[in-house]
Amino acid sequence: MIHSPYIRKPASVQRVMFNVLLALVPGIAAYVWQIGAGILVNIAIATLTAVAAEVIMLSLRKRPVMLAATDLSAVVTAWLVALAFPPIVPWWLTVLAVLVAIVAVKHLYGGLGQNPFNPAMAAYCTMIVAYPALMSQWPAAGTVDFATQLHLILGGARELDAVTGATALDALRTGLRANGSVATLLQSNTYGAVGGRGWEWIAAGYLLGGLFLLASRTITWHLPTGFLVGLGVTSGIFWLIHPEQFASPLFHLASGGAMLAAFFIVTDPVSGATTPRGKLIFAAGVGLIAYLIRAFGAYPEGIAFGVLLMNICVPLIDMKTQPAVFGHRGGRQP
Amino acid sequence: MLTALLIMTGIALVLGAALGYAAIRFRVEGDPLVEKIDAILPQTQCGQCSYPGCKPYAEAIAKGEADINQCPPGGEEGIRKLADLLGREFKPLSEEHGVEKPKSVALIDEQTCIGCTLCIQACPVDAIVGAAKQMHTVVEPLCTGCELCLAPCPVDCITMVEVPETVQTWKWKYPVFELRKSA
Amino acid sequence: MITRLFSFRGGVKPDAHKSESAHAPIAMAPMPERLIVPLRQSTRATARCIVQVGDLVLKGQRIGEPEGTLGTAVHAPTSGKVIEFGLHPLAHPSDLNTRCVVIEPDGADRWIERQVFDYHTASREQALAQLRDCGIVGLGGATFPSHVKLGRGTGIETLILNGAECEPWITCDDRLMRERARDILAGASILRDLIGARRLVIGIEDNKPEAIAAMQAAASNIDGETSVVAVPSLYPAGGEKQLIRVLTGIEIPYGKLGAEFGVQCFNVGTAHAVYRALAHGEPLLSRIVTLTGNVARAGNYEVLIGTPISHLLTLCGPKPDTDRTLMGGPMMGFALPRLDVPVVKGTNCIISASPALFPPPLPEQPCIRCGECARACPAELQPFELYWFSRAHNFGKAQEYNLFDCIECGCCSYVCPSHIPLVDYYRFAKSEIWAREREKSAADQARDRFEFRNFRQEREKEEKAAKLAAKAAETRAKLGDTPAPSTAAKADEDPKKALIAAALARAKAQKEAVQPRNTDQLSADTEAEIAEIDARRIKASLEDPAASGNPPSPDRSPESTP
Repeated sequence: MIHSPYIRKPASVQRVMFNVLLALVPGIAAYVWQIGAGILVNIAIATLTAVAAEVIMLSLRKRPVMLAATDLSAVVTAWLVALAFPPIVPWWLTVLAVLVAIVAVKHLYGGLGQNPFNPAMAAYCTMIVAYPALMSQWPAAGTVDFATQLHLILGGARELDAVTGATALDALRTGLRANGSVATLLQSNTYGAVGGRGWEWIAAGYLLGGLFLLASRTITWHLPTGFLVGLGVTSGIFWLIHPEQFASPLFHLASGGAMLAAFFIVTDPVSGATTPRGKLIFAAGVGLIAYLIRAFGAYPEGIAFGVLLMNICVPLIDMKTQPAVFGHRGGRQP
Repeated sequence: MLTALLIMTGIALVLGAALGYAAIRFRVEGDPLVEKIDAILPQTQCGQCSYPGCKPYAEAIAKGEADINQCPPGGEEGIRKLADLLGREFKPLSEEHGVEKPKSVALIDEQTCIGCTLCIQACPVDAIVGAAKQMHTVVEPLCTGCELCLAPCPVDCITMVEVPETVQTWKWKYPVFELRKSA
Repeated sequence: MITRLFSFRGGVKPDAHKSESAHAPIAMAPMPERLIVPLRQSTRATARCIVQVGDLVLKGQRIGEPEGTLGTAVHAPTSGKVIEFGLHPLAHPSDLNTRCVVIEPDGADRWIERQVFDYHTASREQALAQLRDCGIVGLGGATFPSHVKLGRGTGIETLILNGAECEPWITCDDRLMRERARDILAGASILRDLIGARRLVIGIEDNKPEAIAAMQAAASNIDGETSVVAVPSLYPAGGEKQLIRVLTGIEIPYGKLGAEFGVQCFNVGTAHAVYRALAHGEPLLSRIVTLTGNVARAGNYEVLIGTPISHLLTLCGPKPDTDRTLMGGPMMGFALPRLDVPVVKGTNCIISASPALFPPPLPEQPCIRCGECARACPAELQPFELYWFSRAHNFGKAQEYNLFDCIECGCCSYVCPSHIPLVDYYRFAKSEIWAREREKSAADQARDRFEFRNFRQEREKEEKAAKLAAKAAETRAKLGDTPAPSTAAKADEDPKKALIAAALARAKAQKEAVQPRNTDQLSADTEAEIAEIDARRIKASLEDPAASGNPPSPDRSPESTP
């Protein structure tokens, strides 16, 4: 027997996931334009692996395969893995990362909706710990053409220093450790107007997609705002104290995966906080940890670790930030 | 070496004192386990568990003298709750103590009743009213359905009647869905 | 006058589908062959039948006497003959039976002599009693007795009339306001006098301009501060708490009543019924029902209480692909398990459903905690959390997260991208919690009574021992030193057995001629014993603290469904 309501809004998980994929398109377009089409190969590899892993895991778990495999959630994870990873990682690394994300982090915890950790970020952390060198090779804009990218992705020999530079974040930190100052370092060829050269356009693409997600009510403003404010304020404090030693908030917001994280990674509903205040705390925490790792840690990018650490806190955050229920708050009686 | 020993001893003393204090400060009064077990039991007072009432059975469980599967009115759900509370394995209802039945109440056939008062004396919750030589009747909302009044009745005028579901007591069912329908 | 409007959070905007049935004037539904009048017409209360099979009843004659504080009277909707009194299925998702009086109409529709009630001179108590005797209950759907709601204190600042009618498809209040605005307002001013409210605010969703105009016109004819306010069309704006919030800014929490906050809310249909009852002495015999959906002739009908739904369906003509019939709106109504059930006072709408209009739900997907439900929830709950708890039978946690603040409006299920039947889980959890509370209070009562009985037996034993000792001492004093305790015990046991044997023999004789009390042929000794038992019992009953008292029946708070 079916009970009320008998009418439903035309909404589905597929539609939510499809919106996310659609919103990634401007970022990917900027990626292809600035860095090269290699990323498309990575996305394809990741997508195929994710869907295959999803189908296998669903049938092993005796779940309705067609329904769950077409919900596009695995594709979103795959795209995020590909976009968070350097564009020239070898194919097997992408495959391995996606398997970690889909099999270990998602399905072993009970499948869609049950994973306490963000699959893409868990995969990123696993890989950066396991293959720190391969995960740190980021080509600057215009330095590696598509043929070389393809060659590297397919597992070709790597003459590392010849083809790759460090990321803007990495270069800055290495430079600062070598007693350079921010102002002089930013003169170098690695940097553009605000962030890494070329990468700042990709960040702009993600921002555009993010605004679409906000406009289509796929995400709420809390998470991106919390993250950007968390990262911006923390970096701003250090920058104000010591502008010679710490890069500006603008640099931090435009560099690395900040924009991707703000709109596509911390906004993962499954593993993130859900209450309005909880979302702000969760995302601000990610921003704070990301900055601390960027500025003082051993890794060039700390967003993934920030997300995982905050994922652990989600049950507590949600429990402590339950909003007042209709009629239960004292102050709203006129 | 000596410093290390002293530090370790110091820590041991402090922690020991803290634990000791906590044990006194946060001591739990009385024997709440019996109360907790008693709260799970259905209070039918039927004695099917072979103890004279729910409380004695709760005490026996707490002491480890009785098993958790001796209460037919509590049924499977009751056993599950007891297993949860006591951290034990669930086990099915022991057959020698009876079987789970739907909730029923006693009904006295008032034409047959001779007014002997034996059932009144048997009723553990005083749910039967009547006087000697006058017919008796069961106060339905008070009856626990323990069936203790059936045996003493010399004219077998008491029957157990299942309590029907009403609009008031009807429950919404747990939503179930065909998971594989679309697969 | 411009009233400042407030808003409530959440809400959804489903397609209204009002135009199908709103165009045609209210028509009288033809008399059915028989009327099945359930005696359960208000929440939690069933009236006591006061007619017998074969009785001839007149229209408006009382057939059910109100019982308990929440009881209201039930009346014969037309004149005719009582042909049956028994259990009939009720229009309820449970498909369970309730006591009904079946009346065969004689076609004359003859009224009983109506007692003229002068509400101008009557006291407040008399007016409330009149409402109870006229069977007036909230017609918004919850059927909470109006006299109880009105009795919750005077000194109310604002009286709100609920004409929002936010559920899709339903237009019965819309038509009532368009056609009988004057009666509604007359009822409203009576209600206002009864609760001593200073101002009257009528809230109507802005998708009913004709109703607003009609009500405004009628409002200009009554005294006192009255405003007709168009509220934004946003489901569930017609929920009692939501409408009070929109019109006054006051939020009434679960378990509290509007009266505590100086506001009372009544459905427009209820105001109309109050007017008929107090100004004309007419009991509530009929109501307006919207017939719509997948039908040939949608419209609104004035329907006698007790009219079978199947009879009504012949009026609107469901199309061949109709697969279900819903009672109430599509957001909060339910599919009727059968069609031979009667219209009750809470029946506002009958919808013929087809797969095209109300497609079967898509397969359920896992919850991704997207929070869409939390944004749609007008009670500002976290529905997905309640869903996890209810699903896991973790009812304590569900209550901690304010499960009972849920008004079951269906907004969460409506928006859920995973197509989870969220409300079903809350209904399940709520009824499970109620059942457990009932069981627990029954168990507590049994425990108390058992313990008291043990205590009493112990005391009686002691008393008996004391008495025996005294007797023995007496005998000893009389007879010298020979103690005889055993004879005393025997004297106590033997006559009883003899008595039972005698009673068994008598019982056979009794089957032929039942005697009320056969106290003859008793030995003086037994007589004395009976007297003693009686005395003891009286004493015990005086001391018995756990006298009676039904387990608190958990039910919804008196609010009309949106």
